Formats: sequence, C-alpha cells, structure tokens
Amino acid sequence: MVDQPFIQLNRVNKWYGEFHVLRDISLSVAKGERIVICGPSGSGKSTMIRCINRLEEHQQGQIFVEGIELTNDVKNVDAIRREVGMVFQSFNLFPHLTVLENLTLAPIWVKQMPKAEAEDIAMTYLKRVQIPEQAHKYPGQLSGGQQQRVAIARSLCMNPKVMLFDEPTSALDPEMIKEVLDVMVELAESGMTMLVVTHEMGFARTVADRVIFMDRGEIVEEDTPEEFFTHPKSDRTKLFLSQILGH
Amino acid sequence: MTDIAAGSVSRPPAAQTGVVGWLRQNLFSNWFNCALTFLALYVIVVGGKALVDWALLDATFVGTFEDCRKGTGACWAVVAEKRHFMLFGTYPYEEAWRPAAATALFIVTLLVSTRRSLWGRPLMIGWIASFIVMGVLMRGGVLGLTPVTTENWGGLPLTLMLSSIGIIAAFPLGLVLALGRRSTMPIIKALSVAFIELVRGVPLISVLFMASVMFPLFLPEGVTIDKLLRAQVGIIMFAAAYIAEAVRGGLQAVPKGQFEAADALGLSYWKSMRLIILPQALRIVIPPLVGIFIGMFKDTSLVLIIGLYDLLNAVRTSINDPNWRAFGTEAYIFAAAVFFVFCYFMSKYSQYLERLLAAGRNR
Ligand SMILES: Nc1ncnc2c1ncn2[C@@H]1O[C@H](COP(=O)(O)OP(=O)(O)O)[C@@H](O)[C@H]1O
Ligand SMILES: [Mg+2]
Repeated sequence: MVDQPFIQLNRVNKWYGEFHVLRDISLSVAKGERIVICGPSGSGKSTMIRCINRLEEHQQGQIFVEGIELTNDVKNVDAIRREVGMVFQSFNLFPHLTVLENLTLAPIWVKQMPKAEAEDIAMTYLKRVQIPEQAHKYPGQLSGGQQQRVAIARSLCMNPKVMLFDEPTSALDPEMIKEVLDVMVELAESGMTMLVVTHEMGFARTVADRVIFMDRGEIVEEDTPEEFFTHPKSDRTKLFLSQILGH
Repeated sequence: MTDIAAGSVSRPPAAQTGVVGWLRQNLFSNWFNCALTFLALYVIVVGGKALVDWALLDATFVGTFEDCRKGTGACWAVVAEKRHFMLFGTYPYEEAWRPAAATALFIVTLLVSTRRSLWGRPLMIGWIASFIVMGVLMRGGVLGLTPVTTENWGGLPLTLMLSSIGIIAAFPLGLVLALGRRSTMPIIKALSVAFIELVRGVPLISVLFMASVMFPLFLPEGVTIDKLLRAQVGIIMFAAAYIAEAVRGGLQAVPKGQFEAADALGLSYWKSMRLIILPQALRIVIPPLVGIFIGMFKDTSLVLIIGLYDLLNAVRTSINDPNWRAFGTEAYIFAAAVFFVFCYFMSKYSQYLERLLAAGRNR
C-alpha cells in the first residue's frame, strides 16, 4: 500500500489497576478496509476499539488516526472524534429527543450546521437505514433493530471516515439482527472503513477483508476470513471457533 | 377453556364493579370493616359539623373585637382588621398599594411562566423586568414614590421575594456544585464537597444568624450590607447545597452510555451536560427538587430570628394587640391558608411538569 495506514496502533498496552487488559496490540487499518474482531468475552475487544476514539485511555504505545496521534491534547481528541463514528451494543440513543433530534444534535452543535441542512442530511440517512417514517418518534417507541439503525444513522450524520461497531447486534432479538446487518453490509459496500466487533460469522465472511482474533488482551491471529475459518492456526482460535460454530 | 375466550365471561361479575362493588369491596367486606366504616363515618359527621359550626355558621366575619367576643364561633374579623400588617408587615399604611401591586405582579409573572410554550429567553427577561419593577415599587425613591427602607419590607411580598429569588439563584449554583462534586479535577471536587457538606451540616437558623450577626464583624468598619440582602444570600447558599445533592442523584441515574455516546459524537463537556445529561437528570429529580422548593418557601419564615417580618412573623406580630390577642388561631389559620395555596400550586405544577416531560417517551 502506498497510503499511510488510516488507523495505526503501535504496541498499545493498557491496565485496569493490576489487570493487563491490552498487551502489545499492534494493528494497522488501511482506508476502506473492513475488519472484524472476535474473541471470547473479556478478551479486550471493546477496550481496544474504545481506545481508538478515546473513550478509554491507553497507557503505553501509540495510536494514530489519519496521522493524528491520540494524546492528552484535547484538540487531537476532538479532531479524531470528528473522523470516527461509533455504534454501541446498547444503542445509547438519547431518550429525551426524537429520532430526528438525535440525528441533528451533533451536526448542529459540533459542526455548527444550520438546522435545515442538518435535517435534510438526517432524512437522507434515515432513508438509507429504511426508517424515514419514524423521524418524529422517540427512541423508546422503536424496536431494538430500529433503534440500532437510528444509532448507525446518527453516527453517519457526522460524516465520519471510519466507523467502530461494538457488538451492534448482540442486544437484539434474533429476528432483528438481519435488518441491522443489512445496513452494515450496505455501508461496507459504499467503501466505509469499518472495525466491527461481532460474532456474526456470516457477516465476517461476506464483508471482512481481515478477521482478527483476540484472547486475553492479545491479538492471537489475523487473517483473511477464508483462511481464518478454514485453516485456523492457533489452538485458541480453533477452540473459539468450535465453540461458536459447532453446536 | 372455551368459556374464557368468550366475550361475555371475560368481564368481571357486576357485583365487583361500579359504586356498589367498590363500596362492598373497600368498606363492607366483613363485619370488622363494617364497624370501622360506621365509626369513621360517625367521627367525620360529628367533627365536620363542629368545624362547620365554628368556622362558618357561628363565625363573625365583620365587626369589632367586642362582636367577636360575644360570638361562639371563629373571628374572621381579625383578618380584615389586621390585613395590612399581616400581609405587608411594617410597610407604611398609606403606601399599601405598592406591596399589593408588587405581589400581584409576581403572581401574574408566575402564572404566565407555567405555559411551556413561553419558556425561553423572553420569559427570562420578563422575570428580570418583573423583579426590577417589584424592587422599585417596594423601595421607592424614584418616580415620586416615597422611599421605604428594606427594614420596613414585610409580609407576603417579602416571603415571595426571599423564596423566589432564593430558588432562582440557588438553582444554577446547585447545578454547578453538583457537577463540581462529580468533577475529575481534585480541587474543584474538594471545594464543592466542602461547601455542600458544611452548609448541609448546619441548621438554616444558624446560617441566617451568622449572616446577620457574625458576618458584619468581618467587614471593614463603615461598610454595611443590607440585612435583607444578607438573609437572601444565606437562603441561596442553603438551598444550593440541597439542590446540588438532589441533582447529583439525578446525574448518577443517567446511564454511562449516554455520556459515552455524547463523547463519541464529539460534544464538549458543557454541551453534552446541557443537551444530553442535565435534561435527563433534572427530569428524574423533579419530585425531590420541588420538595426542596416547598421546604424553602416555608423555611423563609425563619428570617424572623434576625428581625425580618415575613408573612408568618407578620401574622404572629399582628395579634400582639391586646384587644385581638384571643383570636390567634384564626390569624394562624389565615397564614396557613396563604402558605398552603402557594405550596399546593407548586406541588400540582410539578406533577403536571412530570407528565408533560414524560409525554412521548413512554414505551
Ligand atoms: N472500567 C473497567 N475497570 C476494570 N476492569 C474493566 C473495566 N472495563 C473492562 N474491564 C475488564 O477488562 C476486560 C476486557 O473487557 P472488554 O474490553 O469489555 O472485553 P470484551 O469486549 O472483549 O468482552 C474484562 O475482563 C473486563 O472485566
Ligand atoms: Mg465488549
């Protein structure tokens, strides 16, 4: 690749007290790449992607997003958060605002966008996630799948260059998982750079350029989905795959 | 099974519904409840009749204290006779229209503010304008109004001003203290905690007493600060500490994910507080906040210990007149009624607000 990597983690370490949650994580993500991260619960997947937009602070090593290093400098943090969108397992929509207000809040208050323009953009994205008719409802009146699609649209309204997903479908009833995955597949096809923590292996196969397997704070294995699923190298990966694939 | 599905059987039996059903279920379900019901009815009828006789049928509504002494019922004439002192304290008699107008202006502004559609900057300016006009009316010295010093302000306008200015000023201070207490900056956190705990740890009476007696000792000679102002500052500090703790409870109840979503969208600390966190936290704490407001409204009567005549103290003083001293009960009932009207209004309005702000969010 001629491009410098879009996201780069260099030997990142993090501790919660005595607990070593991230061990020497190095990772580089090129523009337009789609990466799926999986691994057993508690292995540090959330912590790793939350370090990329500074919801968590790393203690050693370096993280760069678009060449900007994440430091304690608030300016850098703000600049990076403008480029990085995030979707949470529990949606985290603002319950006191309507769907439309959820979408326009950040463009209006962070980007100083005029309200009418922000609403136009919001409606465009609501159409893209197939729920324009819910614009004036409150999040509490929507189903889980609809809420998660609103959350994706809310991030997209800030026009991010990369999207982080932290188990976006694990809080959903089975029949709603597909509607969210469909939106994510469509987003991947549009060329968005994506880091997705998920155990939806079908999604990984169709969309991912690379699959990363984490265990106990380390990146254990990293490969194309094809290789990862058919010829896993480490025993830990094999064990994990047998647990989630084999019934 | 098929019976249950049929429409006719899915209704409860008639004996359990309607007025008769309600009576039977709640008042006459067994002989013991029957006995209790009849006993309670007896007490209500006898007590109610005595009360109506005293307060209405045998009462003296107009007349002199001699008329009152002849009667067996309540003497409401005391309220008419002493109305100026009860409502306005030592404010000059011939200027009574001024505190009356100030009070009326306050009540109108308050009623206008209850309309949600009017909330915004103009209303805030309206409140400031109202307070300025009230101040001018009370104080005089301009526009040909005779000056009246704050020493002579008293009664209902004093109670309303002390408590409303107290609430309006204490609220933002309380918010800042609540945020300060949760701050990650150690000095700000320590200062907030110290202030809150110190103020909450002492009775309001001692705060007022310190404000009026101790505070002047620390001022350079020749500098005096108006006694009313000192009492007002004491009340504001006191209320702010309680408001801060109520709001902190609300902040803790907002899920962590809300803070994270706001951060991830790039909102600054103050914007996320103002737009995301506080609107949710404050809605949760409406009931305790209104409780604090009602408490403050009633606690303003403690300014009597530093010699200010709030509504209650004015009423108490008005019956020092030997001729009317016997009718203190009636005077206190009047004071209680005025307090009740305002407190009940606050309570009802808070319930309305809760419903209004919850609309649309319910699943
Ligand atoms: N704020 C925290 N304080 C202490 N330990 C934490 C905290 N957050 C996460 N952990 C621990 O760090 C480990 C990794 O957590 P996480 O990144 O959420 O894992 P994953 O997303 O892979 O399930 C877990 O063992 C978890 O208990
Ligand atoms: Mg996780």
